[in-house]
Amino acid sequence: MSKNTNGKAKTGLSRRNVLKGTAAVAGLAAGSTIGGFPTIWAQEDITVRTVGMAVSNMPQLEAMANEALPFNVKQTAAQIPDIMARGINQSASADLFEPPMMLLRAMWPTGKFQAWDTTKLPEWDQVVDLYKAPGKIWPDAWYGDGQNPSQVGYTSGPEARDFVDPGSTKWITHHPVLHNADTLGIRPDIIGRPIDSWKELINPEFAGRSALVAFPQIGLMDAAMAFQANGEIEYGDKGNMTREEIDFSIDRLIDLKKSGHWRVLWSTFNESVQLMVSGEVVIQSMWSPAVTAVREQGVSCTYQDLKEGYRSWTLGHMLPRHLEGKKLGAVYDYVTWYHSGTAGAFFARQGYYVVTWQNTKKYLPAAEWDFWMEGKPATVDIYSPFGKLMEKVGAVRDGGSYKNRMGRIAVWNSVMDENEYLTDRWNEFMAS
Amino acid sequence: MAGLTAIFNRYSTLFQISPLVITLTLFLVGPVIVIIILSLWKFDGFMTLEGVWTFRNYEKIFTRSLTVTNYLQTGKMLLITLVVTFVLGFTLAYFLVFDLVKLRTKMLLFLLCVVPFWTSAVIRTVAWMPFLGTEGIINQAVVGIGLSDEPLKFLLFSEFAVLLSYIQIFTLFMMAPLFNVMARINKDLIEAARDNGASSIQILWNIILPLCKPGIAIGTIFVIALVASDFTTIRILSGSQVGTVAASMANQIYNVQYPPAAATAMILLLAVLLLVGGIMRLVDVRRQL
Repeated sequence: MSKNTNGKAKTGLSRRNVLKGTAAVAGLAAGSTIGGFPTIWAQEDITVRTVGMAVSNMPQLEAMANEALPFNVKQTAAQIPDIMARGINQSASADLFEPPMMLLRAMWPTGKFQAWDTTKLPEWDQVVDLYKAPGKIWPDAWYGDGQNPSQVGYTSGPEARDFVDPGSTKWITHHPVLHNADTLGIRPDIIGRPIDSWKELINPEFAGRSALVAFPQIGLMDAAMAFQANGEIEYGDKGNMTREEIDFSIDRLIDLKKSGHWRVLWSTFNESVQLMVSGEVVIQSMWSPAVTAVREQGVSCTYQDLKEGYRSWTLGHMLPRHLEGKKLGAVYDYVTWYHSGTAGAFFARQGYYVVTWQNTKKYLPAAEWDFWMEGKPATVDIYSPFGKLMEKVGAVRDGGSYKNRMGRIAVWNSVMDENEYLTDRWNEFMAS
Repeated sequence: MAGLTAIFNRYSTLFQISPLVITLTLFLVGPVIVIIILSLWKFDGFMTLEGVWTFRNYEKIFTRSLTVTNYLQTGKMLLITLVVTFVLGFTLAYFLVFDLVKLRTKMLLFLLCVVPFWTSAVIRTVAWMPFLGTEGIINQAVVGIGLSDEPLKFLLFSEFAVLLSYIQIFTLFMMAPLFNVMARINKDLIEAARDNGASSIQILWNIILPLCKPGIAIGTIFVIALVASDFTTIRILSGSQVGTVAASMANQIYNVQYPPAAATAMILLLAVLLLVGGIMRLVDVRRQL
């Protein structure tokens, strides 16, 4: 299997070069059997257009894909609401949509998408069990509150709009792409003592120096982690709260706001970085690469491992309904390449995990694998895929190993049943 | 041929206004109709149910106390912004028109007022942060000269910061129309008043101010539209801690709750139209255009 994949990537690369060099020669054809679609890549120009978030749609990855594949790949980065709006209203404007999994319940039932056939995805076996019947990567991992990815992964047929039990069919609603876990970011130099629980987010010690993310669904879950850790409430399901639980949480958020606890609610990656760098905020919910960005400016910042676990997210590739024939084959090939290892290594060096992490191993030097995946101290200097020095020899990755992060998911980014009520109440929090 | 000319003459006005009519229909009336339709569709918490009609989105607006809170907050910020931008805009326009003699100096200084608009709105907003932050220039000065022991937290991520940015950016929108109407005031009028013994205050109150009414009206309409629709400045400079109508709507849109957001938009549009309509009744804007 592994040799096979390796060879595939290589032949893809040479094919591409041939194509580039002799684009003008008529009748040039190259065969491809990737993805179970024996496709002839003839002279006609096939371009796979993807729309997703900036974390996974960027010039470097686009260039890698264009190098490796015999057709063109065009990636477009967009904001979450725009990905969703385009997917639902103009699904023909792209060939692959990459929304966060939390939007699946709003996007899949619209019928604007078609299911993937897992039997035509050669790398599907390598996709971690999180997206299959077990709903977790390791048997002893946590399942997590909220919408576990496996619950919205399967559907009953190629044109169905429903969700069925994970693993019960060969049809999947989305092909999972990446995942990671978020936690609190802290300024250890200013706080000066160990932080090990989400409850510190609401500790009066940090009044006026704490921040939350301003997106209602996610901000409320972070707050819920803190309230539960503080022993104030035991949620039935933090990722799908009842109205009473939402009321309790929002009322507490308003109390804290009135006492001047929240310095700010941030809404962009850069804001969260600047808040930490300037020292305006010393503890806040944060994304892993934002912590890295703070450190790159020479400011000490920790992506803090907490005993209650992580809040996790995942992205998935959705196939718009209009795709057919060669284009559909090309998209299957693209996704197969995506999960065959090189792209995974690229993402691993940014601190993300592709869902076929075992394939990544072949493309990461052992020392880097040990640092990123096993949580071992670095034996070489660690560079980002963009060439920036990230960690020196001896450093240990925050949050430790892959298993320590993704094996301890307390809650999944989710859209709750009471989504509309939550937004209304969140607006009250903003207005209070 | 003659018949064609006759037809053309008869409908010439229609021909002349048709580009504007078509543009407005396509890009203003059309989208508003779409938003009205959207606001009447059902939202089930996850999806917009196309073609399932309901008044629920509007019902919710009129039965929640949040609506009152949001409109009061929007109104309060609008009023403060209007008063301050008027005082500043009027003073600046007066200075440019009446105190300066050379036309070139006038135009040069007027153009200088436009300099902040050479950068994007987000940068203009974000640029306040190094000034107003806890470790910012103002706080360093305040603590440095002993005015306060603690850095002033209200400067940033507060209503104050938002208002400051509104005033900085919207003053020009108030000043420009005022400059325009003031420049058209016949200087002989002022001479005559002075000859008849009017004091400067009397000239200002009885001559200049009344003649500036159309400019005030247009400036006010600009500021109303800008404040009512802003959510970016709120997001960045209040740190999402001030709730206005537009900010609430932005949250609904972020959570892809389009029908409730569309209803909020329609009611806000109606409120703004009422305000603008009221102003148009009070002042004959066209007279001075």
